[in-house]
Amino acid sequence: MREFGYMRATDVTEAVSLLATDPEARFLGGGTNLVDLMKTGVENPALLIDVRELPLDRIEVADDGALKIGATVTNSDLAADPEVRRRYPALAQAVLAGASGQLRNMATVGGNLLQRTRCGYFGDTTQPCNKRVPGSGCPALTGEHHNHAILDWSEHCVATHPSDMGVALAAFDAVVSVHTADGPAELPLSEFYLPVGDTPHRETALPPGALITGVTLPAAPVAARSRYRKVRERASYAFANGSIAAALDVEDGTVRDVRLAFGAVASRPWRARKAEQALTGGPATPEAFAAAADAELAAARPLTHNGYKVPLIRNLVVAMLTELTQEDAR
Amino acid sequence: MTAPTVSAPSTPMAVPSVSAATAAAGTTTSPAPTRTAGSSGAVGTSRTRLEGRAKVTGAARYAGEVPFAELAYGWLATSTVARGRIRSIGAEPVLAMPGVLAVLHHENAPRLKPGVGMMGPDATLQILQDDRVPHVGWPVALVVAETPEQARAAAEALVVTYDEEPHDVGFSSGHPGLHTPDGGPRARTDTEKGDIEAELAASAVVVDEEYTTPEEYHTAMEPHAAVARWEDGRLEVIDSNQGSHAVAQDLAKLFFLDATSVRVRSEHVGGAFGSKGLMRPHLIVAAMAATMLDRPVRVVLTRRQLFSMVGFRPATAQRIRLGAEPGGRLRALDHDATSFSSTINEYVEQSAQPSRVVYAADALRTRTRVVRLDVPTPSFMRAPGWAPGSFAIESAMDELAEKTGLDPITLRLRNEPEVGPASGLPFSSRNLIPCFEEGARRFGWTDRDPRPGTRRDGRWLLGTGMAAAAHSAGTAPSSASITAEADGTFTVRIAAADIGTGARTALTQIAADALETPLKTVRVKIADSDFGPAFLAGGSMGTASWAWAVTEAAAALREKLALVDQIPGEGTTARADTTELVMAMRGQERYAFGAQFAEVAVDVASGEVRVRRMLGTFAVGRVVNPLTARSQLIGGMIMGLSMALHEEGIRDTASGGLVNGDLAGYHVASNADVPVIEAGWVDDPDTYNPTGIKGLGEIGIVGVAAAIANAVWHATGIRHRSLPIRLDRVLTAGTAIENSIGGGAVTY
Repeated sequence: MREFGYMRATDVTEAVSLLATDPEARFLGGGTNLVDLMKTGVENPALLIDVRELPLDRIEVADDGALKIGATVTNSDLAADPEVRRRYPALAQAVLAGASGQLRNMATVGGNLLQRTRCGYFGDTTQPCNKRVPGSGCPALTGEHHNHAILDWSEHCVATHPSDMGVALAAFDAVVSVHTADGPAELPLSEFYLPVGDTPHRETALPPGALITGVTLPAAPVAARSRYRKVRERASYAFANGSIAAALDVEDGTVRDVRLAFGAVASRPWRARKAEQALTGGPATPEAFAAAADAELAAARPLTHNGYKVPLIRNLVVAMLTELTQEDAR
Repeated sequence: MTAPTVSAPSTPMAVPSVSAATAAAGTTTSPAPTRTAGSSGAVGTSRTRLEGRAKVTGAARYAGEVPFAELAYGWLATSTVARGRIRSIGAEPVLAMPGVLAVLHHENAPRLKPGVGMMGPDATLQILQDDRVPHVGWPVALVVAETPEQARAAAEALVVTYDEEPHDVGFSSGHPGLHTPDGGPRARTDTEKGDIEAELAASAVVVDEEYTTPEEYHTAMEPHAAVARWEDGRLEVIDSNQGSHAVAQDLAKLFFLDATSVRVRSEHVGGAFGSKGLMRPHLIVAAMAATMLDRPVRVVLTRRQLFSMVGFRPATAQRIRLGAEPGGRLRALDHDATSFSSTINEYVEQSAQPSRVVYAADALRTRTRVVRLDVPTPSFMRAPGWAPGSFAIESAMDELAEKTGLDPITLRLRNEPEVGPASGLPFSSRNLIPCFEEGARRFGWTDRDPRPGTRRDGRWLLGTGMAAAAHSAGTAPSSASITAEADGTFTVRIAAADIGTGARTALTQIAADALETPLKTVRVKIADSDFGPAFLAGGSMGTASWAWAVTEAAAALREKLALVDQIPGEGTTARADTTELVMAMRGQERYAFGAQFAEVAVDVASGEVRVRRMLGTFAVGRVVNPLTARSQLIGGMIMGLSMALHEEGIRDTASGGLVNGDLAGYHVASNADVPVIEAGWVDDPDTYNPTGIKGLGEIGIVGVAAAIANAVWHATGIRHRSLPIRLDRVLTAGTAIENSIGGGAVTY
């Protein structure tokens, strides 16, 4: 582990300017991922700018009804927030499906968005990995990949994004607020993560030197009837093999509004827009749900050992939307 | 052999017992077993661990925590290639780093004596002796520095280059390198009785399947750690191990020292499961560095290093062939077990063992084959052989029950042997049938509908399964001393190990009864090689072996005390060594038995399997401390659940290393996976070892994976013959149940 400097920022402008003092500086949130990666040598920052004491730990309702979540809100506080639980229950469920109580007490919203893949090759510095060392290769393509991507991967990287929270945020059209030396800016979550392409080491569209200051969820009545379900290899404390955030509004057996996002299938939380399009205005039946899932998963390219994710996601879509429909009917 | 009588204490117990029922939420215990005739008092009553308070308050020091002045810290650098030779070690720049005191490697490390090993020559002890690299994660250098941070930074900066050679880490039952190992005098690898092929051909019902289990790792909570230092001409060691005396013996031999010049202590051990049974590299390099630097040196392994340096259970592939009459009686039982070892040691996973013990068959054959791969050396892990072997044979028996239309317990009752099926020797005691009966009653087995897929709870298909369990219950020579102190108390000294099991407490109970004295007047000192030879905490033999030695010492002391009027200031001491008594024990088959039951819920649309409840009933001889006994059994059952559903070391064929060699990637059952568990026992009087103790550290894991796999079949109609029963496998296999909700890959 490399020796590193540590500084604590007290306001956003100071944090951004401190980061600019060292090209190898990184922001430190809860440290639940970054510190682990520093211990194993995957990350080697020269300077940590601790942003946990920035005044970004509030969750507020804006005048237009949007929910504004500060970047340093902990996962525990996010999941416990009454507004989140009432208006975006899938988000609270997603956060609670991740990690452990201790980790959720430390982990922050901003850090959660920027957490790195749990691909075993990425985490082992003795192995090649295009994400860690560009151009070194991707052993997962032909090696162990039973929990890797089925959608939108490239021959350069087949890793998945590990976040549960991000899946719910993707379903609800979250917008990421950032602050750079030029001032504040906004970036829709749908544009936040970059396609893998031939640059898997470039994961986000964050401008250089930018600090995530918060996430905004637009008002969305459909989100009040939403759920998150995570399928994983043990009942707790494991990353997803497949997960789904879904919100559904049905009237007279017809889908009025629907949101769908998948986790553990791609390098980013996967908003299932094709499935949403297929469903909207159509019947709320298991057959229609399955057809919508198929429409989304038509683009899936399973590897040798992760083909099960296609029926897994399909089954989750059908099961989840059926449950929400039944709930709606009551 | 004349069995010594167990002393009958006359002093009533003054220390209140802890109610077993209050000890762990969600569990219950069978009624207390009857005690061996003539004894009463401490043995058989529940006691909390004597060192419990010290452990939960942090006062108990583990090997990595004991403070020393002038302590230096060693950090291991390990190989990144699976096979080859070290070309160069860039020690010079590392020696210039802050605080670095030394870099030990094969060109400058002290020479070790070859051929040393507890169970025969052990090449894993020959650390830093040559340029050979036998696997990924082999120790290639030790960096010693003033602080652990400096040592780690330097070890990570050390550049080692290799001449790499092609490697092979791919195991299967079809590997051309499989061969019959030389099991040595300790281990039969093959047995044969009757004409297996003829009996199979004549059988009305045949099961012929292969079962596989993956690499499994001990993952004890406490990483291996040691401090070595020279003091007054002796090599003094604080280590984390399962048997300080044996480790001290090997350490002395390895360093060409007189046996009396080495002392090893291991007062508290945070779990082991077999991984601390043998001397491990951390101790060897700590002793090397302490010798070279003439100051105390501590070496603690990292979690990742544990995945390549302290053994593991090798993957197995086992073919079982059963031939039976229509009524279920076995004509043929053929168990062909394969596994792998490293290129430097031939460890043999004896997975065919259960098939030599549990069922009668006209023809019985067991075979064991091993292939040598470029992997770390496997080692014994909780119930070696028995755990993976029971998955195969107990799954196959369930398949036979299905094919014959018999209840799985009925099938087993029809194949209950009179004598050891492979050996023909009598059993010292065999109370498997009471385990079935009591377990079935408590679990509610008799109401079971044998048809698969008949029960459902929402999206979950429900099923129940059972399996038999057996584990050897041996006794090994040990020695102990007891001193009657002038103040009326007693001090017991025995090089036993308490690896978290409660051994210290159990031995205190044994000694109190043997001395006919209140528990509080007895102090038991353990885990110090100076106390003389004692068997290690392993093979489910520790308590049985130590208790006999303590009982003998107590008897000797009582004889001595009968002859003295007053105890002198230094006390009166008696010693006992059971070597001759143990060597005189011959000609019986001695096992603990058990019956495992499990209920599972399976969602075939997601592949998720959840265990809803488990119940184990065991015949484990005399139970010394019901509280800790139940903890051991429940712990074993949880480890069995973890083996059934979660644990799997995934080896990368390209690099030869593990892809998931840490606790984030290597999944052990979490609390949320563990349901209500009942563990209890039946009366099992057995005085073959006069203490009546059989040992119960391992029997708890045996059979659990099969019981769960059989329950998954009962829920879904699909057999899962490869562990772990991972959700992708369940999802892909789906269900054989017609009109099932969420039928796996083809839903709706």
